[in-house]
Amino acid sequence: MTNPVEDKPMPPLNRETKPFWDSMKEHNMRLQRCADCGKIRHYPRPVCDSCLSMNSEWVRASGKGTVHSWTVSHHAFHPAFLADLPLTLVTVDLEEGVRICAQMRDVKPDGLSIDMPVKLGYEDATADVTLPVFYPA
Amino acid sequence: MSGLKDKCAVTGIGETEYSRNSGRSVVSMEMEAALKAINDAGLTPNDIDGIIPYGNMEVVAEEFITNLGIEDLRYSAITPLGGASSVAAIQAAVTAIAAGVCNHVLLIVGRNGSSGTCIGARAGEMPQFRIIGEFEMPSGNIAPAQLYAHMARRHMELYGTKSEQLAEIAVSTRANAILNGNAIMTSPMTIEDHQNSRMISDPLRLFDCCLESDGATAIIVSSTERAKDLSQKPIYIMGVGEGHPDSPSAITQRPDMMTLGTAKAAPRAFNMAGIDRNDIDVAEIYDCFTYIVMCQLEDLGFCKKGEGGDFISNGRIALGGELPINTHGGLLSQAHMVGMNHVCELVKQLRGTGGKAQVANAEIGLVTGYGDMGDGAVAIMRN
Repeated sequence: MTNPVEDKPMPPLNRETKPFWDSMKEHNMRLQRCADCGKIRHYPRPVCDSCLSMNSEWVRASGKGTVHSWTVSHHAFHPAFLADLPLTLVTVDLEEGVRICAQMRDVKPDGLSIDMPVKLGYEDATADVTLPVFYPA
Repeated sequence: MSGLKDKCAVTGIGETEYSRNSGRSVVSMEMEAALKAINDAGLTPNDIDGIIPYGNMEVVAEEFITNLGIEDLRYSAITPLGGASSVAAIQAAVTAIAAGVCNHVLLIVGRNGSSGTCIGARAGEMPQFRIIGEFEMPSGNIAPAQLYAHMARRHMELYGTKSEQLAEIAVSTRANAILNGNAIMTSPMTIEDHQNSRMISDPLRLFDCCLESDGATAIIVSSTERAKDLSQKPIYIMGVGEGHPDSPSAITQRPDMMTLGTAKAAPRAFNMAGIDRNDIDVAEIYDCFTYIVMCQLEDLGFCKKGEGGDFISNGRIALGGELPINTHGGLLSQAHMVGMNHVCELVKQLRGTGGKAQVANAEIGLVTGYGDMGDGAVAIMRN
């Protein structure tokens, strides 16, 4: 029998985004920043949409953010998530100005509100992949 | 832009039976719908010189050449905008015809969306959703019902929009489906039924979500010059537009996740048509989810952002209301034909052949498409 955790969809290896996933594995999230104008962008991609530079660097995220929106899923759209229901997903405004979508831990659905402070956590999903989660700050 | 106004008309429409289990191939259903539309227009297959098949590439233009014996197809294209594809295809057809490339373009959608490949679960396989597949699906943010729930929740929190208001869309759409005669969902629905339907991804309940269905729908867009000699009263295309939202493939990163590509498309379509919102007698609004209908009504300019909940209340969008919408039952209750059934219905309403759901004296109408996480398309037509 296969491990249900490993049956979940996992991010494919991608040249542009590998530094992000490497940083997640180290439990030390880094975000892509334009090496010329300094604009931070997510999800990782080759070109800065502000100054069109293709030079980028990776900077550590503070892990601090606020709730932008959320949903509580009661239906498993992939069988591997059946055991996780109800599943609370939050869209979070990170302090750095980009957003992350991840599962929310340690909060009841009616305990969420817009602009609620949250902090980033890390969960090792497989030997290679670590996913972000959020906790109340 | 206004150079395209009234240059083309819809001259033919065709639909198969809509069902949950067609027992037929998609090619077979598309050929049936295409032949019905061609016959409706008073054309023969050989008159068709342009084809825009649905962008999932399941049935390609070559199939129509082969099956229908079309000798000289001059134009084929696809419009890869998900649920906005059908209305975006009208813009593509109009531009090709107005440029003199072709005269009669077949626009067609067909699918075994219920009995074949499940629509809701395979978004991650599509190239435009690659980044969601990498960054959000591993956390469980997988299906449109979830991805759009983040938009709906924020709208509710910022503007006080209520689930009972979204229910009005589901209920009035169902009432229209019951009158249609070719709709999958025909049991009456109340606001209470909607509130009792199971939660899928809060705040979206089962009855906020569209169907997955089998069938095919086709229309013919012709040059106005040719349209005048055909079987049906031409339904003129006054204005068209398509729009892509900021951060088109990732709602999460969109500066304002409550504004769709529709907000960019609508001014183009209305300016081309040279009319105002209150000139619209009937509107067919792409309804993959109730929330998306309300959001489009805001982005179209029928009300301000945040006022959609009040706008759709008190029967305004029901038959007999100020702005009847989805008179055929929409994706929510008729069938999911990627909105080509919405185009078909608008043409019927403007021909005056809307049956029991006919809006009295409908002269000008609007149809939208919405899809691919935020793309919008708008067409305005008149009789």
